[in-house]
Amino acid sequence: MANEVIFKNLDLDRLWDIEQYRSRGGYEVLTKILKEKTPPGEIIDGMKTSGLRGRGGAGFPTGLKWSFINREAPTDKYLVCNSDEGEPGTFKDRDILRYNPHALVEGMLIASYVINAHRAYNYIRGEFWEPYQRFQNAIDQARAAGFVGNNILGSGFDCELNVHLGGGAYVCGEETALLESIEGKKGQPRYKPPFPAHVGLYGCPTVINNTETLASVPTILRDGAEKFRDLGVENSGGSKLFSISGHVKNPGVFELPMGTPFSELFELAGGMRDGSKIKAVIPGGSSSPVIPGEVMMDLTMDYDTIAKAGSMLGSGAVIVMDDTTCMVKVLDRMGYFYYEESCGQCTPCREGTGWLYRIVHRIENGQGRPEDIDLLMDVQNRIRGKTICALGDAAAMPVAGMLRYYQDEFQYHIDHKRCMVGADA
Amino acid sequence: MSEEKTITIEVDGQSLETKLGALLIDVTDAAGINIPRFCYHNKLSIAASCRMCLVEVAKVPKPIPACATQVMDGMVVQTRSPMALAAQKSTMEFLLINHPLDCPVCDQGGECELQDVAVGYGSDATRFVEGKRVVPENNVGPLIATDMTRCIHCTRCVRFGDEVAGMREIGATGRGEHMTIGTFVARNVDSELSGNVIDLCPVGALTSKPFQYRARAWELTRHTGVAPHDSVGSNIQIHTRRNEVMRVHPDSNDSINEIWISDRDRFSYEGIKSEDRLAQPLIKKNGEWTAASWEDALEAAASGLKEIATADAEQVGTLISPTATLEEIALAQKITEGLGSPNIDYRLRQEDFRGNSTAVPWLGQSIASLEHVNAALLIGSNIRKDQPLLAHRVRKAALNGAKIQFINPLQLDLHFDAAQMVSDPAGMVHNLAAIAEAAGGSHHLTEQIEVGEEHKAIAAELKDSESAVILLGNIAQSHPDYTILYGLASVIAKATDSSVGVIPVAANSVGAAVLGAIPDHGLNAHTMLESPRKGYLLLGVEPGRDTNNPALACAALKNAECVVAVTAYRSPCLEETANVMLPMSAFSETSGSFVNAEGTWQSFAGTTTPAGESRPGWKILRVLGNLFDIQGFDYNSSEELLGELKESHAGGLKITSLGAAKGKIRSVVTGLIRVGETPIYASDALVRRAVSLQKTKDARDATVARVNLSVASNAGLSDGDKVAVVQGEGRAEMILKVDAHIPDGCVWVPAGVPGSESLGDQFGELSLEKV
Repeated sequence: MANEVIFKNLDLDRLWDIEQYRSRGGYEVLTKILKEKTPPGEIIDGMKTSGLRGRGGAGFPTGLKWSFINREAPTDKYLVCNSDEGEPGTFKDRDILRYNPHALVEGMLIASYVINAHRAYNYIRGEFWEPYQRFQNAIDQARAAGFVGNNILGSGFDCELNVHLGGGAYVCGEETALLESIEGKKGQPRYKPPFPAHVGLYGCPTVINNTETLASVPTILRDGAEKFRDLGVENSGGSKLFSISGHVKNPGVFELPMGTPFSELFELAGGMRDGSKIKAVIPGGSSSPVIPGEVMMDLTMDYDTIAKAGSMLGSGAVIVMDDTTCMVKVLDRMGYFYYEESCGQCTPCREGTGWLYRIVHRIENGQGRPEDIDLLMDVQNRIRGKTICALGDAAAMPVAGMLRYYQDEFQYHIDHKRCMVGADA
Repeated sequence: MSEEKTITIEVDGQSLETKLGALLIDVTDAAGINIPRFCYHNKLSIAASCRMCLVEVAKVPKPIPACATQVMDGMVVQTRSPMALAAQKSTMEFLLINHPLDCPVCDQGGECELQDVAVGYGSDATRFVEGKRVVPENNVGPLIATDMTRCIHCTRCVRFGDEVAGMREIGATGRGEHMTIGTFVARNVDSELSGNVIDLCPVGALTSKPFQYRARAWELTRHTGVAPHDSVGSNIQIHTRRNEVMRVHPDSNDSINEIWISDRDRFSYEGIKSEDRLAQPLIKKNGEWTAASWEDALEAAASGLKEIATADAEQVGTLISPTATLEEIALAQKITEGLGSPNIDYRLRQEDFRGNSTAVPWLGQSIASLEHVNAALLIGSNIRKDQPLLAHRVRKAALNGAKIQFINPLQLDLHFDAAQMVSDPAGMVHNLAAIAEAAGGSHHLTEQIEVGEEHKAIAAELKDSESAVILLGNIAQSHPDYTILYGLASVIAKATDSSVGVIPVAANSVGAAVLGAIPDHGLNAHTMLESPRKGYLLLGVEPGRDTNNPALACAALKNAECVVAVTAYRSPCLEETANVMLPMSAFSETSGSFVNAEGTWQSFAGTTTPAGESRPGWKILRVLGNLFDIQGFDYNSSEELLGELKESHAGGLKITSLGAAKGKIRSVVTGLIRVGETPIYASDALVRRAVSLQKTKDARDATVARVNLSVASNAGLSDGDKVAVVQGEGRAEMILKVDAHIPDGCVWVPAGVPGSESLGDQFGELSLEKV
């Protein structure tokens, strides 16, 4: 059941070339839509039926998001693709850009048609040089083939595609910070409301979708929304790319139906590296709370199941850790990431991420204080739900997750000024 | 969002009626419910970033910021519920962990928003045991002291620069905890409105440099006052301690200055304590200034002028500074009249007095309405530097899409979009005539005029706009063809259905005009000097700095038999020319009244006792009047006098426009012509002595002569050369700066600055010599 949607044609050796992409029906959906002038509402209905939810992490239903745009608004409309894949552990969009960029080009054009946008941007993480080249090349090929530009395929529909390379800030993956960044401003999230559907890029109605979301669109529309939906489970339609990393033998990106048992994904990744036992799994990128390995083995990979277990499916970035891993050190490293990546705009995140990091860092370095565990819990709680964007939550949630399952390791560090992992051995 | 719909919301159990879509924090503020905040400011855009104003709203799972929440019917808000308080206290703790808790040594201590809110929402002990963030210091200029370690990143100053001052001089660089507020490229903060960030800053990060470590907020007594420089008449608070002005803050008045004041209004108080202050009456005896008692000095003054007046009253002339109060002006008028002289004037920087001189030159509309115009044509105005807060209103109009156009003898650096038509002074007249022609107005200059596309465009813009205004600025009023410019402006206004007005030069220009301190049939400020008088009464005038033609002024005064100067300051030119100097109180030391650009009468009380033996001007003049044996000088207070003035000059101002332009164009010269702008910090005696303002970029920029490259190369000069500016007998040595802002045929040579005293007309012919 693997590789049904975006990775369906990965058997081709140069899928990123337009001929190979078209050899398996690429751009047919776009051509059909433009030729038949398919009513946008019909496409939106299809997306709703497919059960596709935003693959960037938040999981907002895609069809619903598209339906918020007033196609007839007198201003410009924009489609923006978010390829600023910066969440630690996530590397799925990179492979879409590298191996199937035309699916994204086609998806962006279809989405632009639906919302009546004549310009679409793909915001690609600045470090993604090779993926950027592949994607830019795909745009150039698509333009040469008449799929991009004015009067596409004689349909009267105009759409330009542009790439914007990011400057290395994690926060620019937040959709409104991303818009600010495209506008040439400092990447800082905007207060919502107004939402981008009303006031987005350059103040115009804007849809922002994740790379994987948009790249799924052509297949969904070609093979049928029901077929996509039925790949997955209730409330989590379709298949999903999971990027699995950490102490597994065979880390990589796997496309699996939603609801696939974690154990299957784990198997595909080759299981644990030799001689080690699974200890913990971060199921949806570094901001999702950690889940112990044995709990994870019984879960399936879909939005509801992971949420019920107290974490998030997020972007599908699975980080597997073995029993040699010190959870204090893990949190120390993650805390440093959020401390460095907070944009600094709102108080709880600007000040709180640094505070969290410093507390964990001193625990890790044998300078923990008896009150530190309570302090950590309290500080993360004071950040959560009080910031403009989700970065504050992203920094806070892993702390609570770690303390939920691995408080004893923190306590040991404080009491003994050294690591519990390996202490018995 | 239909904003007019009235709705009801509930806040802390209290039912409040308000408009749909209003901001929750504005509604609670109006109802007296206090929600703590730092980043929110009702004159700035919403950042919603400090998270101090988080409140609980029913059916919303998370606390939300009151500053960014629009109210909806039936909304139930709790500002002090456990959820709201927990959120507010959390934010407070986060704000304090990296904030230095050394309030006793912080200049903001006692008037710090963070300190105040911390009392209510902070904890008594910190749980943060690590070292606090330290931010390296940056010198941003002579006016603003920075201590960015104290910054809480509310970005009010950043938004002010962007949204109000129109210069993005301050910004946030860096991310997260490393974010710092500073100047982008290590420059000074040079905006003429920069001081307002001191008021906006909720903590001690941005404070007043001249006031730094001088006093504590609780030691200060606050007095309301009126700013004494430009014609806005900004409402101010004068903060004094033990009879000394310590600083000046804005007072809010939405129809005049909103909540802002210009740096000139804020920092000019330093001039009060200048060592130039005249501390006691002085009489010149055998060419030497000798100290005298008030009795002797007044007697000398009175007898000197009386003797001349008795022989020939026409030989006495009175020159009044347009920053003098109504009361002072009225008494000076009475004295002049009592002596039998028709010669009185306040228009010291005006050269062209042709036309209808009894018109009161004023804005022609309210200050606030300026921001609602759809189009404006400003003639001879560097409005941004001359009248910063009027420029702020025009800028608002421009941001709303109004088309703003300038006709000037120099290219301006503006903080809003405007079309600028730049030419030499004579070209200004021609351009205006061409616009009048394009607009279909009739005037005598028609035949020689070539109408270009740009003239047609301006005329069309004015015609097509629902509300258009034509304004003549400071430069126009010193222009040799001011009355022609005014006449043409009137013609254009009539042809395009626009309103026409004058931007009055100084704090009480309108007041002086309302009182009629101009000659009916006598000599004006120019002719009084051109045909020298034997006796002069000078009220607050520095002849070398305040007049259109200081060389002419000084020569006339020097040859006079008796010059009585009522003045707050000594100045070389006065010392050289006067016979008696009577020490007058300066800004803050006298009660009085001003009439601002829109015709609003504003009175103020004295806040400190006059320095040395100086006395309020109106009291000096009252005694002088008595010594002249003139009737009607028995006032016990300035209020009594004001009451009389109000009665005799009641009624609003009328729009006055001149008829079609008459007369010959005088600004045509064969050689180079001077563009003698009066720079912002050289406008009057007080500001010229404000030391910190004199260190600003605006002041430093005004010490050079400027020409464009072609003028420079034609004269064989280059940037940085030392040149002599020669006007008749007058000569001033200056550094030459090559500046593309200056049109061909012109040399920008500032007026009112040191070194300019020997020069002639502000817009007169000159030559340049390499030194």
